[in-house]
Amino acid sequence: MSTLETHHTLDALWRIESPKLIAGLSRMVRDVGLAEELAQDAFVSALVQWPESGIPRNPGAWLMAVAKRRAIDRFRREGVLGLKHQEIAREMLLHDDGEPAVDALVDDIGDDLLRLIFIACHPVLSTEARVALTLRLLGGLSTIEIARAFLVSESVVAQRIVRAKRTLAEARVPFEVPNASERAARLSSVLGVLYLIFNEGYAATAGDDVLRPALCEDALRLGRVLAQLVPNDSEVHALVALMEIQASRSMARVGPSGEPILLLEQDRGKWDQLLIRRGLIALERAELLGGALGPYALQAAIAACHARAHTAGQTDWTRIAALYDALAQVLPSPVVQLNRAVAVGMAYGAAAGLELVDALTSEPSLKGYHLLPSVRGDLLEKLSRFNEAGAEFERAAALAQNVRDRTLMRERAARCTRR
Amino acid sequence: MRFVSIYKLSPDRFAAPASEAEMTAMGRLIGEMQAAGVLIDTGGTAPTDVSLRVRRAGSQTTVTDGPFTESKEVIGGYAVLDVQSKDEAILWTRRFLDCAGDGVVELMEVTSGP
Repeated sequence: MSTLETHHTLDALWRIESPKLIAGLSRMVRDVGLAEELAQDAFVSALVQWPESGIPRNPGAWLMAVAKRRAIDRFRREGVLGLKHQEIAREMLLHDDGEPAVDALVDDIGDDLLRLIFIACHPVLSTEARVALTLRLLGGLSTIEIARAFLVSESVVAQRIVRAKRTLAEARVPFEVPNASERAARLSSVLGVLYLIFNEGYAATAGDDVLRPALCEDALRLGRVLAQLVPNDSEVHALVALMEIQASRSMARVGPSGEPILLLEQDRGKWDQLLIRRGLIALERAELLGGALGPYALQAAIAACHARAHTAGQTDWTRIAALYDALAQVLPSPVVQLNRAVAVGMAYGAAAGLELVDALTSEPSLKGYHLLPSVRGDLLEKLSRFNEAGAEFERAAALAQNVRDRTLMRERAARCTRR
Repeated sequence: MRFVSIYKLSPDRFAAPASEAEMTAMGRLIGEMQAAGVLIDTGGTAPTDVSLRVRRAGSQTTVTDGPFTESKEVIGGYAVLDVQSKDEAILWTRRFLDCAGDGVVELMEVTSGP
């Protein structure tokens, strides 16, 4: 095997194995930063040895064994192999003699991964730090990949990660799954981070790409992992359902020259039925767990209404409007209210929708939000009030941060003025 | 990126029942791949004689009933993988073949998914 081949293999292997490795090592050395370093060292060893020896039959176990040995060497060298570290060393060596122990460790690995997820999304960290750390430690992304995805410089991401690790160390955040009293809040932080990553990929807030699919894939994959780790939490399945169903439309929501295509105008033949099916199953699981009224479950249920409709005309808008009513109760936000207005407009006529939108025009948090004038313009257009509609689309174009959205809004404005 | 993986093996191996150890190992791998969010669909060929070939040539469609005893390889099953790279698909396929034994896996990237 050539060095180059080994390189490619190890890149891919890092994505698969590094989260488990870092998670397992974090439990032993009680330091996420050190655990990551040890994991990296193990990969460097592989890069040196595998071109000669070939890929071992169980690469994950090989890497873990090397990393553990490194940890012990390091403690010895630094003379810190005190009582506590001797314990750790004993634990490390316990499973160090080959493959059979790996199977016995599978459950532990799940627990360790869960602990790592909770740590990466810990509330002592800023949201940006949580996102960066999650992608780095659990998604296996490099600093440069994270930087590209979020359109910031590599050094910004690197700093964020360094600072985040320091914050965790200084706050002495234990490597534990949170106890029952704080579990719900902590899990909600994890879900928030995953959904933020997904949305960053799904609807890029800046730049000229509407879709940065790799981030969607990462978030979806982490969501699926989390759903296996906490199988009894309805909102986890609900978030996965939401992401699967939204991702199912990714081929349909961008036109040939990269322009966004609105949901109702999409070619539904391009929707990914496999992801839809997975999404509907995950939603059903969330509902069976009694979580039908959770914020992610309601959003997933709305997405499911669209997914089930074979044509845009078959969409059950009455049900969607009702789901938005419920969502506005649990997630009272002006954006939800705006979406509710759209649904009401579809279910009960543009005038009814416009009434709800008009109530939102003075909402300060929607002041710079291009979808407010965009929705208002759409409803006005349906009511044949073309002059007002055109003005709203112009306003939306001025507020849009995405080049593609801006173009779309300008086109709609132009269409209204021609009427 | 998404890959479809088709596993082909000799008719003899296909006809021979898998041992309990093999089944366990395969079950564990499938569980691991699902838990990793990679395996999004999979299925094994049913051990029945129901197999068909539907061929189109010009305007003529012909349906031939199997089994196709002349085949050197039969399709044992398929999987749909969501992975981050071609190399990752290869790594999982290695693991699959560790469990499945001799045979060939054809990996094809398909345009779908997120």
